[in-house]
Amino acid sequence: MGEKKIRVVIAKPGLDGHDTGAKVVIHALKDAGMEVIYTGLHRTIEEIVNTAVEEDVDVIGLSIYSGAHLPLSKKLMEQLEEIGLTDRLVLVGGNIPQKDIKTLKEFGVCEVFPTGAKLDEIVNFIKKSVKEK
Amino acid sequence: MKKPKSEELKEVILESGIKVKPVYSPEDIKDINFEKEIGQPGDYPFTRGIHPFMYRKRPWTMRQYSGFGTAKETNERFKWLLEQGQTALNVAFDLPTQLGLDSDDPFAEEEVGRVGMAIDTLKDLEEAFTDIPINRISTSLTINPVASVMLAMYLVVAEKQGIPWDQIRGTTQNDILKEYIGRGTWIFPVEPSIRLIGDMVEFCSKNVPKFNPFSVCGYHIRESGATPVQEMAYAFEIAITYIKEVLTRGLNIDDFAGRIAFNFDIHGNLWEQVAKFRAGRRLWAKILKERFGAQNPRSMTLRMIAGGGGGGLTIQQPENNIVRGAYYALISALSGTQTMALCSYDEAYTIPSKKAALLSLRTMQILADEMGLKDTVDPLGGSYYVEWLTDKIEKKIIECMKKVEEIGGMVKAVESGYIQREVSRQAYIREKKIQSGEITKIGVNKYVMEEEKANIKFHPFNPKVAEEQKKKLKEIKTQRNNNEVKDALGGLKEAAQTSENVMPHILRAVKSYTTLGEITKIFKDTFGEFKEPVGL
Repeated sequence: MGEKKIRVVIAKPGLDGHDTGAKVVIHALKDAGMEVIYTGLHRTIEEIVNTAVEEDVDVIGLSIYSGAHLPLSKKLMEQLEEIGLTDRLVLVGGNIPQKDIKTLKEFGVCEVFPTGAKLDEIVNFIKKSVKEK
Repeated sequence: MKKPKSEELKEVILESGIKVKPVYSPEDIKDINFEKEIGQPGDYPFTRGIHPFMYRKRPWTMRQYSGFGTAKETNERFKWLLEQGQTALNVAFDLPTQLGLDSDDPFAEEEVGRVGMAIDTLKDLEEAFTDIPINRISTSLTINPVASVMLAMYLVVAEKQGIPWDQIRGTTQNDILKEYIGRGTWIFPVEPSIRLIGDMVEFCSKNVPKFNPFSVCGYHIRESGATPVQEMAYAFEIAITYIKEVLTRGLNIDDFAGRIAFNFDIHGNLWEQVAKFRAGRRLWAKILKERFGAQNPRSMTLRMIAGGGGGGLTIQQPENNIVRGAYYALISALSGTQTMALCSYDEAYTIPSKKAALLSLRTMQILADEMGLKDTVDPLGGSYYVEWLTDKIEKKIIECMKKVEEIGGMVKAVESGYIQREVSRQAYIREKKIQSGEITKIGVNKYVMEEEKANIKFHPFNPKVAEEQKKKLKEIKTQRNNNEVKDALGGLKEAAQTSENVMPHILRAVKSYTTLGEITKIFKDTFGEFKEPVGL
């Protein structure tokens, strides 16, 4: 019996159009045997939460390069809280300054992978964390 | 002494898949016909450069990307850059502006004034260009799906300064096809977006003859992961798509081809980039002459801006990016670019600081004035290796273009997501190679150092900008003649629904302070929005 595949949504919230990083991560997660849903660009947080619910994902990954990662991540966590979807692994990647990582984790983000993060680290972190949940 | 065998050496394969020999000789270029394939600079097929004397006569144009927050702040930075000897402006807009949203749009929240200046109405652009003699500079407006609106605003600003349109020089980026591939500021579906570009080219060729209505950006395609060969091939296929659109308007190829400009990336292997540009110039000339029947040599020349390459910069040991920037400038100069815009060393983190922008400008000035890069044209021309590589890359570009044409051209290739998939797959391959060390990045996978977290100051984001902008917008809406706005928008809608050129209607609308968002909404209602193919 094969294990159930880990389901991930990779999301691009807001107006930022830098999707290369998101797409590279999607390739890596797929290669690691995960089921990955990509939202495409210019999504609202509401749309992302809806996708997460509809697709019943284990992991929600936000990719943000515009600098608006703090307000966008906060909004996501608040909306997940509102609908009681608090057991999902939330990850943030992109152009994230070191000093903001702590704040993001205070919002409830599980881990932050800034530009330059190793693909193996992301894959291993997801595998390990989903197993533990 | 025993001579080592070349087979014992480590293999070198360029990103474009070309294997490099340790030594080249006349034997490698014996089949290249000098007159036909290389020739003199300024002569067909322009392999060596588009002007006979290139930088010896006039050095490249130096242009740094700038613009942030409010129009007023941007205006101050513009004046400062011009005082420092910069000869042209390159304008950055915030994301809401690039996507046709007004500052008070709920979806614009958190983004107003963040990565460039916010423009809602003509008023903002008037402020940005206050006391700047726009007949004496050339301005590049980095905007795509709503480039038509920004061009209209710029033309009205000129009119108000008393400058005739035939004296206006500059470029709107206006390359929508590359937006679907990388960068992501698209709004409308592919076909109507290309129609808007056609309207602008048609309008400019008659009314603003010194303006380049679009700049085809291989740059962003490369930044999204494409190889240098794909960058050039896809850029050419995009340009061909626009050319075909404009030709349906009854214009002659020589009426507008001389104003087509390109924006290319520079990061990667020095020789591969130089050969890419030389091959690109030659192939573009052949395409224009042989496929489109251009007669005017100017129509056949590949004019370009180069020098940037954010994808080659690293977060690690960020000061190394200053050195990379200087090499990028060298590569651009050896490639015969017309305009240079370097990456600033803090670009991997933030929009460039004043200090970083100045350093980039000085880097170019040192190269031009101290290092002899102006002395002679195409100094690498005739090199066994460079000529051999130029030839190889040209063949690879042709192959890559054929694949796009086999699936029906760039519109189909983008609508189906083919190009997006090819490019993202390449990005993944490259990233894996960097992470495994197969591609060397100093500071990332070689000569890695334990370092303090970078001491780079981020460009401060001022949330007050949004409030100020919203206030200003509200005032304008109460002061303007709303009947005139309504009429202008009605006229625009009718034109959008038929094949009438929309430019006169946009001009009328912006003159009466109709907002960017109001104009965009007319297009959204008429054209719909692009549905992104999300399968990878």
